[in-house]
Amino acid sequence: MLTLVFVLVFNFFLFRVVQTDPVGSLFRGRNIPQERLDELREEFGLDEPMLTQFGLYLRETAQLNFGYSYQSRQDVWGEISERIPPTVILVGVSAVLSAVIGTLGGVIAAWRRNSWKDHSITSGTMVFYSMPDFWLGMVLLVLFAVVLGWFPVGGMVAAGSGETGVSRLLDQLHHLFLPTLTLTLAYLGEYTLVTRSSLLDVMGEDYLTVARAKGLRDVVVRNRHAVPNALLPVVTLTAINFGFVLSGAIAVEAVFSWPGLGKATADAIRGPDLPMLQGLFLLFSAAVIFFNLVADLTYSWLDPRVEEA
Amino acid sequence: MSIAMKRRRATAGRVRRQFRQSRLGMVGLTVLGVFILMALAAPLLVDATELNPVRARQAGNPQWASPSEFSPLGTDHLRRSVWAQFVWGSRVSLFVGLAATVLTILVGSVVGIVSGFVGGRLDGFLMRITEWFLVIPFLPLAIVLASVLGRSVWNIIFVIGITSWPSTARLVRAQVLTVKQRLFVDRARSLGASGPHIVGHHILPNVSGLILANATLAVPISILTETTLSFLGLGDPSAASWGRTLEEAFVNGAMTRNAWWYFLPAGFGILAVVLAFTLIGRTLEEIANPRLSGR
Repeated sequence: MLTLVFVLVFNFFLFRVVQTDPVGSLFRGRNIPQERLDELREEFGLDEPMLTQFGLYLRETAQLNFGYSYQSRQDVWGEISERIPPTVILVGVSAVLSAVIGTLGGVIAAWRRNSWKDHSITSGTMVFYSMPDFWLGMVLLVLFAVVLGWFPVGGMVAAGSGETGVSRLLDQLHHLFLPTLTLTLAYLGEYTLVTRSSLLDVMGEDYLTVARAKGLRDVVVRNRHAVPNALLPVVTLTAINFGFVLSGAIAVEAVFSWPGLGKATADAIRGPDLPMLQGLFLLFSAAVIFFNLVADLTYSWLDPRVEEA
Repeated sequence: MSIAMKRRRATAGRVRRQFRQSRLGMVGLTVLGVFILMALAAPLLVDATELNPVRARQAGNPQWASPSEFSPLGTDHLRRSVWAQFVWGSRVSLFVGLAATVLTILVGSVVGIVSGFVGGRLDGFLMRITEWFLVIPFLPLAIVLASVLGRSVWNIIFVIGITSWPSTARLVRAQVLTVKQRLFVDRARSLGASGPHIVGHHILPNVSGLILANATLAVPISILTETTLSFLGLGDPSAASWGRTLEEAFVNGAMTRNAWWYFLPAGFGILAVVLAFTLIGRTLEEIANPRLSGR
C-alpha cells in the first residue's frame, strides 16, 4: 500500500517537476498572448503551491482522470481502458503457455541432468533468453508472414472483413499466433532455469531416497515427491510475471501492430504524449504491485514456514 | 599488508585456473574478445563516413541492395552499408552496456555495503527504498524516465543505472551480513579498527567476487534494455547502436521488403554479446559460489 503511495509521489514529481511548464510546452512555438497562458495555468491549477497541486493530482488520479492525450485529444483513461483486453489476451495466453511449457522443460532437464536432453533444453532456452524479444518477433514475422505467408503481418483482425461469430474468432486466433509464439519463447527460459535449479536442490533430499527405497517407480518419485516441493519458487515467479501481463509486451506489440497497451506505449513515446505515458505507467505499476501482493500471499499459504520470517 | 597482497594474488590465480577449466566460460570470453576488438578497431575496419547518407549517395551505393549485390552485408533505405552500421553500432551497444553496468554496480554495492554494515535505522530506510524500486516495473520506468529526460547516450546510461541497482544492493547486503558475523571482523574491531577500515580491508575483499559475478550478469540486462529503449525510439540520434539499427529497419519497412540483411546482423550481434556475458557470468558465479557448480 505504501508502495502505491510512493509510485504516486514519484509519478507526480517526474511529470510535474521535471516538466516545469506543461502549458508552455503545449503551445511551444505558437504565439499565444501572455494573459491567455496565465489563464490556462490557473485553469490547470499550475499557479497553486506544490502541495496544493499534489492534492489536486491525487484527487484526479483517484477519479481516474489523467487528462487528455496530446495525440488523440481523447480522455486518457478512455483510450487506455480500450487497450486493456487485447493485451490481456495476448500476454495472458503467452504467460500461461510459457509457464507450463517452461516448467515441464525444467523438470525434464533436471531429472536427466547432464543428458543430451538437459543440454539441448538448457542451451536452447539460454539462446532465446539472450535475444531481444522484439527481434525474435521480427524474425518470426518475416519468416512466417512475409516469406511463407502463413500468417497475417499484424493487427488483431483482418481489416474491413466485417466477419462475425466463429470465422471472426478464427481470424483473431490466426492473428494471435505469431505474437503469442514470440512471447512464449521469450518467457520460457526463466521458468526452465528456475524450475531446473529448484528441482536440483530438492533432488539431494533424504525423502526422495526414502521414496525410492519404498520401491516407488521413478515417475512417481518425480511427480509425487520431487516436483511439488520444487515448484514453490516457480509459483512465485508465475505470480510476479502475471503482474507484467499489462506491461510485458511493449516492443513485441509494436512489431505486430497488436492494438494493446504496449502499442499505446510505443505510440505515446513517439509524441511524446506525456499524459498518456503517465496514465500507462500508473496502470503498469498498480498491476505489478497487486500481483506482488498475490505472490506473497500464495507463497505463505503454500509454505507456512515463511510466516515466521 | 604484503601477506594480504600475496594471498589476494593467489586467489586471483586460482580463479583464473578454475575459469580456464570451464569450456563454456572460455567460449564466452573468446566471443566477447572478438566483439570488443571489433568495437575498438572500428575506425580501422570501416570509415565512419560510410554512415553518412549524403556520402553514401555520392559514392553511388544502391538502395536496399542485398549482400550479393553489395558486399559484405548490403545497404539500407539510405544507401548506407549495413556492415558499417554493424561495426560502429557494436561500439555504442557495448559502451552503453558496460557504462550502465558500472553505474548499477556502483550504486548497488554502496547501498548494499552501507545498509548491511551500518544496519539499524539506516538499513531499514535504504531497504525500503530498494523495495520500492524493485516493485516498480523496470521497463516502463526506464521508458518514462528516458522520455522525460530526452534522447542521449548519457541519459540512457543514467536511466538503466538508476532502474537496475536494487537487485545488486539486496544481494550485496545479504553477503555483507554474513561476512559481518565472521570472527575476523570481531577481531579487527576489538583491535580498534575503524568502520571504514573494516569495510575496506575485510568486508570488500570478501564480497568483491560476488560483485564481479553480479556485474557480468548485469551487462546482458543493460544491453537488452538499451536495445529495447532504442527500438522504441528513445536512443541517441547521433550515436547509432544495434538497437537503433533495428528501429530504423523496422520503421522503414525492411520486414515487408524481406530485407533480412538489414535486421539480422544487429540482432545476432546482441545475441552473441549477451550470451557471451551470460556464460562468463555463470562461470564466475560457480567459482565464487561452489555450491552452484554442476548446474
